[in-house]
Amino acid sequence: MEQFFFFLFAAGAVISALLVISRRNVMHCALFLVLTFFFVAAIFVLLKAEFLAAVQVLVYAGAIMVLFTFVIFLVHIPRTEKIRQTFRQKNLALALGLLLGLEVAYILYGTMAAPASLPAAAPVGAVGNTESFGVALFTRFLFPFEVVSVLLLAAMIGAIVLAKKEIDR
Amino acid sequence: MSVLWWLVTLVKVGVIFGAVLGVVAYMTLAERKVSGHIQLRLGPNRVGPFGLLQPIADGLKLMFKEDIIPDHVDKVIYLLAPAISTVAAFAAYAVIPLGPPTDFFGLLPEPVPLQIADVNIGILYIFALSSMGVYGIVLAGWSSNNKYSLLGGLRSSAQMISYELSLGMSVVGVLMMSGSLSLTRVVEDQAGLWYVFLQPLGFIIFIIAAFAETNRLPFDLPEAEPELVAGYHTEYSSMKFSLFFMSEYAAMFTISAMAVTLYFGGWQGLPGLGTLGIPPVLWFVGKVAFFLFLFLWVRWTLPRFRYDQLMNLGWKVFLPLSLLNVLLTGLGLVLLR
Amino acid sequence: MEVFLRGYSALGPYVPVFLFIVVAVTFGIVTLFIAKLVRPHRPYPEKLSPYECGVPPLMEARERFFIRFYIIAILFVLFDVEAAFLYPWAVLYGKLGLYGFIEMMIFIGILLVGYFYAWRKGALDWVKEG
Repeated sequence: MEQFFFFLFAAGAVISALLVISRRNVMHCALFLVLTFFFVAAIFVLLKAEFLAAVQVLVYAGAIMVLFTFVIFLVHIPRTEKIRQTFRQKNLALALGLLLGLEVAYILYGTMAAPASLPAAAPVGAVGNTESFGVALFTRFLFPFEVVSVLLLAAMIGAIVLAKKEIDR
Repeated sequence: MSVLWWLVTLVKVGVIFGAVLGVVAYMTLAERKVSGHIQLRLGPNRVGPFGLLQPIADGLKLMFKEDIIPDHVDKVIYLLAPAISTVAAFAAYAVIPLGPPTDFFGLLPEPVPLQIADVNIGILYIFALSSMGVYGIVLAGWSSNNKYSLLGGLRSSAQMISYELSLGMSVVGVLMMSGSLSLTRVVEDQAGLWYVFLQPLGFIIFIIAAFAETNRLPFDLPEAEPELVAGYHTEYSSMKFSLFFMSEYAAMFTISAMAVTLYFGGWQGLPGLGTLGIPPVLWFVGKVAFFLFLFLWVRWTLPRFRYDQLMNLGWKVFLPLSLLNVLLTGLGLVLLR
Repeated sequence: MEVFLRGYSALGPYVPVFLFIVVAVTFGIVTLFIAKLVRPHRPYPEKLSPYECGVPPLMEARERFFIRFYIIAILFVLFDVEAAFLYPWAVLYGKLGLYGFIEMMIFIGILLVGYFYAWRKGALDWVKEG
């Protein structure tokens, strides 16, 4: 049954991801992206990374995509559907895609060759994976964690500076 | 996973879903009855004794109404929006504990928990689903091709995301005390003392943000009828409108159940006195009923906020206050150790 | 294949949750479908025009709107990420103690600088003062 669910969610993720890039109506694309995030979250649950699954939905599907839909409100859909789409960055995209594929293949090869060397799965129990995530974050990865706040600060100031002219109007 | 496990699970899913549906149906009646009595009227009393069959009549009526899909709507999204709202509002119910584990008077070989599932990330599961509720409203507003709908949808989504922050951060204090995201654990921890006594500031922020999250008065701006006709569901009719209607009440029910679970001890009896011989499930139902009544009561007590006041309140008052609550809880816990 | 599915057995509680979500989705589809079978359908152009208080509709409905909605949405994303970090911290707080308290206060402190910057620049005001 576990395999069945994995393939169900994986197929769902891949199909909806394909629909994201092939639909012409931007709002539909955005909604398929939300659906993709849901399937990825479901796969996280299968991997027992429940906390990541929840954050995936909460932050990506629930916050970032809401921002996306707000931006799409600016787009005049019937007009965009008539625009002839060009594909000038084809070569660059191909090169980057190949690079990413190689990277994934390398990592997959590494894990396939030596599955035993992988870190043990998150401990099972009443606390689950939120706690193990927290322990790692607040001890080993403390510095990156604090740097995240600086990154968020920069994003916040950047957004306000860009919108400043409009606010004052 | 044995056959019995599947049987018990299926029965639980069916019963709890049916119960939520029933509560939602009768909330619509309770809303009109309570509103009526607050205004010295009787409320609906013609369909069945005391109007008790009114929700069924309303449901049937809406089902037989013509479904008007206006020109130039985005048909797929227009249809999807009410469905998203409903699913988000109903599905949140899966993790709320209704009572302690029970074996139903020896009917089952071992006690089963009175909730669909106790997941480790219970609170985050509810927040994740309620953040999906925004889509129902924003998409309804956008797809309807109507200015009132678009404005209502936009206002509503900006309101919901603003108060979602305060809602999410106000419960951090509770999590710090319970040390778990599982709602079952949160309830068990409150056997001695309800968290509302330890987290008064957090509770006040939570309950006010809850009113804004569910778009209820005094924060019902998305459908402020004098300005926006009916807000995001202006162009909705028939069963699609009915789904929006149901999801509003289901969201109210969920948030009340969360308030009870997080701050009022869930199915636990009174602090220090125990259950007084009343079954824990009834304690839970009673507390939730009180909060549902509070929603109706407030509706006829407070006037609507202006939109700029609402946003200022969310961003300049409740957000800093909920961070202050985290700070105070943190300091308190460090000092008490 | 085992690599992907390691530890699936702990999935127990999520099966009923998944089932519940499926029931909720089915409920939505079934009610909409039944209503489609029984209700009348008599459209005409006036009935299908967008509702604008009885006046013929003017201009496009989907127009550009107030910039403040974007600023609110961006600030929401940033604070939502902060909240996502707060949850594991809160759950672990009993173990982290004073050390954890200081860690999180630095994190929130840095973000508060941005918050007060936004406040000073008027990004949080819905209506421009005076």
